[in-house]
Amino acid sequence: MTDMNLPSPAKVETPFRRFVSEFFESRIAAGAFIGLLIIIVLALLAPWITPQNPYDLGQVDVLDGRLPPGSEAFTGYTMWLGSDGSGRDLYSAILYGLRISLTVGVASGVIALLIGTVIGLVAAYAGGRIENVIMRIVDLQLSFPASLVALMLIAILGKGIENIILALVIAQWAYYARTVRGTALVERRKEYVEAAQCLGLSQTRIVFRHILPNCMAPLIVVGTVQTASAISLEATLSFLGVGLPQTEPSLGVLIANGFEYMMSGRYWISIFPGVALLLTVVSINLVGDHLRDVLNPRMKK
Amino acid sequence: MSATLEVKGLCTHFFTRAGVVKAVDGVDFSVGKGEIMGLVGESGSGKSITGFSILGLIDPPGRITEGSIKFNGTEIANASENALQKLRGNRIAMIFQDPMMTLNPVLRIDTQMIEAITAHENVDHQTAWERSRDALGLVGIPSPEERLRAYPHQLSGGMRQRVAIATAFLNKPDLIIADEPTTALDVTIQAQIIHEAQNLTRRTGTAMIWITHDLAVVAGLADRISVMYAGRIVEQGGTDDIIDRPRHPYTVGLLGSVPSANKRGQRLYQIEGMAPNMLALPQGCAFAPRCQSATQACATSPDVEDFDGRRLRCFHPQQDGAIA
Repeated sequence: MTDMNLPSPAKVETPFRRFVSEFFESRIAAGAFIGLLIIIVLALLAPWITPQNPYDLGQVDVLDGRLPPGSEAFTGYTMWLGSDGSGRDLYSAILYGLRISLTVGVASGVIALLIGTVIGLVAAYAGGRIENVIMRIVDLQLSFPASLVALMLIAILGKGIENIILALVIAQWAYYARTVRGTALVERRKEYVEAAQCLGLSQTRIVFRHILPNCMAPLIVVGTVQTASAISLEATLSFLGVGLPQTEPSLGVLIANGFEYMMSGRYWISIFPGVALLLTVVSINLVGDHLRDVLNPRMKK
Repeated sequence: MSATLEVKGLCTHFFTRAGVVKAVDGVDFSVGKGEIMGLVGESGSGKSITGFSILGLIDPPGRITEGSIKFNGTEIANASENALQKLRGNRIAMIFQDPMMTLNPVLRIDTQMIEAITAHENVDHQTAWERSRDALGLVGIPSPEERLRAYPHQLSGGMRQRVAIATAFLNKPDLIIADEPTTALDVTIQAQIIHEAQNLTRRTGTAMIWITHDLAVVAGLADRISVMYAGRIVEQGGTDDIIDRPRHPYTVGLLGSVPSANKRGQRLYQIEGMAPNMLALPQGCAFAPRCQSATQACATSPDVEDFDGRRLRCFHPQQDGAIA
């Protein structure tokens, strides 16, 4: 067999594979990533691994209210993290709350990313007056704090999960647009764009197939950071009482519920949801920070 | 036989805030089927802009102000973007100087080659892939199947330039514009690439414009040479004529400054002064301030005249072998 003499085809080192191995070189990043994975899995599996559905008023007993961590509920199971004022098992409520927080964060993050990316790319490639108009709108948008924009929008749109997502998208698309436009401006001056034009490829194809993939690195970084900030923004809105209704408690609502009991020594009602929120946001941010280090060629050793 | 490309009086000017830059100012030449024309000049002499003008890829503030570009008999100067897009990569292909920069770093070779085909032809993925593989084989790339799966950074410089050449030939274009394609490569690879390019043009009958600053490269490659200075062609003729008996003082100077074995130990000839500022070209002949034969007559611009079997733009044609 002549084939035997040929060297076995080496594993093709794709940019993705190199990136993964570089990412996991850092223990903090690997830890944060695994922590985040656990949080996501717990949130996804919430209905199957929690003793109680906190949204089902039939399963919530007011007599179980304000129980300290580790006490036994009337229905028989142990409330390891205690219960809140209306008798919800906090462990169950936190996992269900995480579902809402992650859904809101990821959904608004993805939608804002798509909208912002397209607008940013169009601005960078079209140039001229179109670019000026778009970027002035972005500047205007970014000159307001995101929480203020979201608060105003919720006041107009009303409560509810869709409205919160919509408000967060409107508050955040501009970050993506600005990031993409910055990178795309650099990329479109590169020779491979000229070469693609010389191949007679269409404008749309050059923008989305050639320029966009080269803008992915900063987009991924901004995406993770903005998702974390969307989650905390949603918690803020809910804490202020303009986010999600009491019957669908997100982490922010849970923290707000426990706030009135803080002074009476019932720390767990606010603290545990707070810790869950903190862990989620911190792990996403750590992953995002390290992504930036890996994806930024200037910070390479 | 009509020429594949016929450029007449081409002017491409850039209207900048500091003034009008006449990057290309009245350039004439033609390239026939299977012919290679060397377009030689210093950096900034307008040779690359000439190439981009043909493809209609001049970005504002630049534009083609005058002249005609006839491609296969059709006028394409200032043609619609749509018409030009159909020509680019299909009938007219381009090869660039730095193959590291011209291949998209995040797309695999097969993706980039296949889309060059499907942009112009309605063929299925498999056919396009096979044609890409055959094209890579044609430019001397070993195990093309494997190279197609690679990313640009996994190939060497010479290999990448071969990929670029293969891509240029994919749609069997009538004209290829090669913009200093060997400048970024080392000399042995240079020779191989030149050989492949020559081979392919002869075999396919493709016309080629080879833009370079290196006379040594075109001496062994081109059929005809056009020497450009400050946006104008100053001398144009058969390769042997120009290399052996240069008439324009600038060509003489260029040839004189090529290092060679029979001038060992001697100081290399150098053209005095610097390439002119394109915003403030001297009155008359642009080369006059650097030219040792310049006289009063050179204060007016010389016209292009037929001289000794070539086109020449000079009042003072040089004698055989003389270095000004």
